[in-house]
Amino acid sequence: MPGAPNDWQRFFSFSTDHKVIGIQYLVTSFFFFLVGGIFAMIIRGELITPESDLVDRTVYNAMFTMHGTVMLFLWTFPCLLGLGNYLVPLMIGARDMAFPRLNAIAFWMVPVFGTILMASFLVPGGPAQAGWWAYPPVSLQNPTGNLINGQMLWLLAVAISGVSSIMGAVNFVTTIARMRAPGMTWFRMPVFVWTVLAAQIIQLFGLPALTAGAVMLLLDLTVGTTFFDPAKGGDPVLFQHFFWFYSHPAVYVIILPIFGIFSEVLPVYARKPLFGYKVVAISSLIITGLSAIVWVHHMFASGTPGWMRMVFMATTMLISVPTGIKVFAWVATIWGGKLRLSTAMLFALGGLVMFVFSGITGIMLAAVPVDIHVNNTYFVVGHFHYVIYGAVVMGIYAAIYHWFPKMTGRMYSEGLGKLHFALTFIGTNLNFFPMHPLGLQGMPRRVASYDPEFTFWNVVASLGAFLLGMSTLPFILNMIGSWVQGEKAPKNPWRAIGLEWLLSSPPTVENFEELPIVVSEPYGYGKSDPLVSNPDELEVAHEPN
Amino acid sequence: MNPTETDLRDDASPAITEAHGDAHHAAHGHGSPGDQMFGFVIFLLSESVIFFSFFAGYIVYKTTAQTWLPEGVLGLEVREPAINTVILVSSSFTIYLAERYLHIKQLWGFRAFWLLTIAMGSYFLYGQAIEWSHLAFGFTDGVFGGTFYLLTGFHGLHVFAGVLLQLIMLVRSFIPGNYDRGEFGVASTSLFWHFVDVIWIILFLLIYIWQ
Ligand code: HEM
Ligand SMILES: [Cu+2]
Repeated sequence: MPGAPNDWQRFFSFSTDHKVIGIQYLVTSFFFFLVGGIFAMIIRGELITPESDLVDRTVYNAMFTMHGTVMLFLWTFPCLLGLGNYLVPLMIGARDMAFPRLNAIAFWMVPVFGTILMASFLVPGGPAQAGWWAYPPVSLQNPTGNLINGQMLWLLAVAISGVSSIMGAVNFVTTIARMRAPGMTWFRMPVFVWTVLAAQIIQLFGLPALTAGAVMLLLDLTVGTTFFDPAKGGDPVLFQHFFWFYSHPAVYVIILPIFGIFSEVLPVYARKPLFGYKVVAISSLIITGLSAIVWVHHMFASGTPGWMRMVFMATTMLISVPTGIKVFAWVATIWGGKLRLSTAMLFALGGLVMFVFSGITGIMLAAVPVDIHVNNTYFVVGHFHYVIYGAVVMGIYAAIYHWFPKMTGRMYSEGLGKLHFALTFIGTNLNFFPMHPLGLQGMPRRVASYDPEFTFWNVVASLGAFLLGMSTLPFILNMIGSWVQGEKAPKNPWRAIGLEWLLSSPPTVENFEELPIVVSEPYGYGKSDPLVSNPDELEVAHEPN
Repeated sequence: MNPTETDLRDDASPAITEAHGDAHHAAHGHGSPGDQMFGFVIFLLSESVIFFSFFAGYIVYKTTAQTWLPEGVLGLEVREPAINTVILVSSSFTIYLAERYLHIKQLWGFRAFWLLTIAMGSYFLYGQAIEWSHLAFGFTDGVFGGTFYLLTGFHGLHVFAGVLLQLIMLVRSFIPGNYDRGEFGVASTSLFWHFVDVIWIILFLLIYIWQ
């Protein structure tokens, strides 16, 4: 029966069901996670010895550039959009996103720009080599002289990704602002919805700045304008401003939904309400506001005037306040709770620990004197991988395990899940911790060969990386195996509170037969208030199949 | 029912009625005209950031560049662009009048003023093209040439898109029952036109007046 919840062909069609699109995003992005992971394995394979022997210098440049680009634009962003797509309409009691067709178009642009980016391996000269931030004048060099070159395809892919993300952002903000079920007031929305809202607002005001910079760079590269070419009167630092005006907030586009995931998962398995719900919710928007005024901290080493450094150092420190409040709230939530260490909970706790660690190194980086010293060393690489692997990837895993029964109608294997967690947690620390001492000793980033004195920590890091590579195997096995033949999932296997858990697993097309009438705050763990006044009317009594 | 639950319900009821207006349309299909307009406004806000980024870049270049005007170029002629400006700004009034006529269901009045708007928009594009063809510098002539063509070109693309949208709306006004489901198409085209207009005023001040 076409459109029935278990008809797999839907996932390969132009479906407008937000749940199908959500899963399409998740699977596509995971594929690219593996691609970016293969690049990472090549990078770490190269770095296991001090000489540049596995791949040569240019291939290495292409590898870290493509690794960073794929991981950000094709893994984290689409993956979080997938979770948002699947969960937001369910959580606010809507039947779909506000603009279902726009939603599908935005998704299908992902494989398109993914293909364009991958095609750069086939053009003469190979993929872009200027790093994921594509600073001119490096990105303006076009040694082969071809119009179609790696950097040009890179810019094209990033531009399409920008269009797709703006479509998504318009859709999310409209959906959250206008499609909430009766009684779903702002302060009854789950924190995940708040964080998606905050993140998508950043996309709306930040991404166009990057697009503007990318368009100018593309013109420089293709038709001979001179915006960023210092030799011809252009100003390369202006590009850096465009880039970081967006790309610092982009960090929050990624981390905010993870904050949302922590806020959803921790209360369920601690059986306690989220501590300080309103403050946690509002602080997401405060982060959005502050994120617009911190970007220059990435340019402390780019000849920024002294007063500017001071201002941006202060705003950067300020933004850690709402973040700190959230961390405090999560710790207070689990404090004294009866923790149930399911795989989802383990990943959430692990992610939290990693995030706290990265927060400490982040504050160190925000201090100008430190940043000037370790800028462009492995200290930076270590710091942001703790965020991006430790907190973000682990948070995503937590979400996937937590909502897996809802999405697929099957239970996952806890045994494989815990193995996956152990490998990930050990691998992440083994891989990324050594980068901190390496950075403090002065090992620069983006180099294929290094001084032999750095060998020890590099070998450790590479072993950790290979362990991380292996950690995806039990995950893939678990996902496919459980989806095909896992135990059937009930409506609410975790006894969680939330609209999505009142529906069957997976919910039917259009989710709600009768819209829910919400009558209480979220996270009512340990209380007996009903969440909605009409729990029995949400679905037709007998499933059609 | 325990007392807390009753309290909760009482406290919830105003909220329910308040949110109901928003939610009931979701009962059938998606994307009510209200949602569409909301989404469109957000989109325009976001789009304006591209323009503001270009403007910011322009200001930075203009205030810091070592050589601003390319050799042999003395400045920009203001007369023709000023006429163009007057025309574009007036077309914001004609499109407003067209919309008014549509509201009171006078289709021919709507079409007349709508067509006038299209004519004025097209004239603007024509004037722009004439100006470009007479200029003594190209887009590769330093950051002055680059930003000039980038700003006017990117804005011109928006004018072009606006005229296209207007043409589509004009044709659709002949479809019977076209306005049964509201006037979102006309309203959004008109909003877009005002947007293009405001951007032009800023652009005109920045490029032509501040020389
Ligand atoms: C197995 C997992 C991973 C490993 C072993 C790894 C390793 C590395 C290494 C060694 C570098 C530095 C390359 C250099 O500077 O020479 C790097 C850069 C980078 N990584 Fe990862 N990484 C992993 C996962 C991720 C993930 C999940 C993300 C993002 C979601 C990510 C984003 C980035 C970015 C943005 C860069 C900067 C690229 C540039 O310098 O332009 N990485 N990675
Ligand atoms: Cu930053």
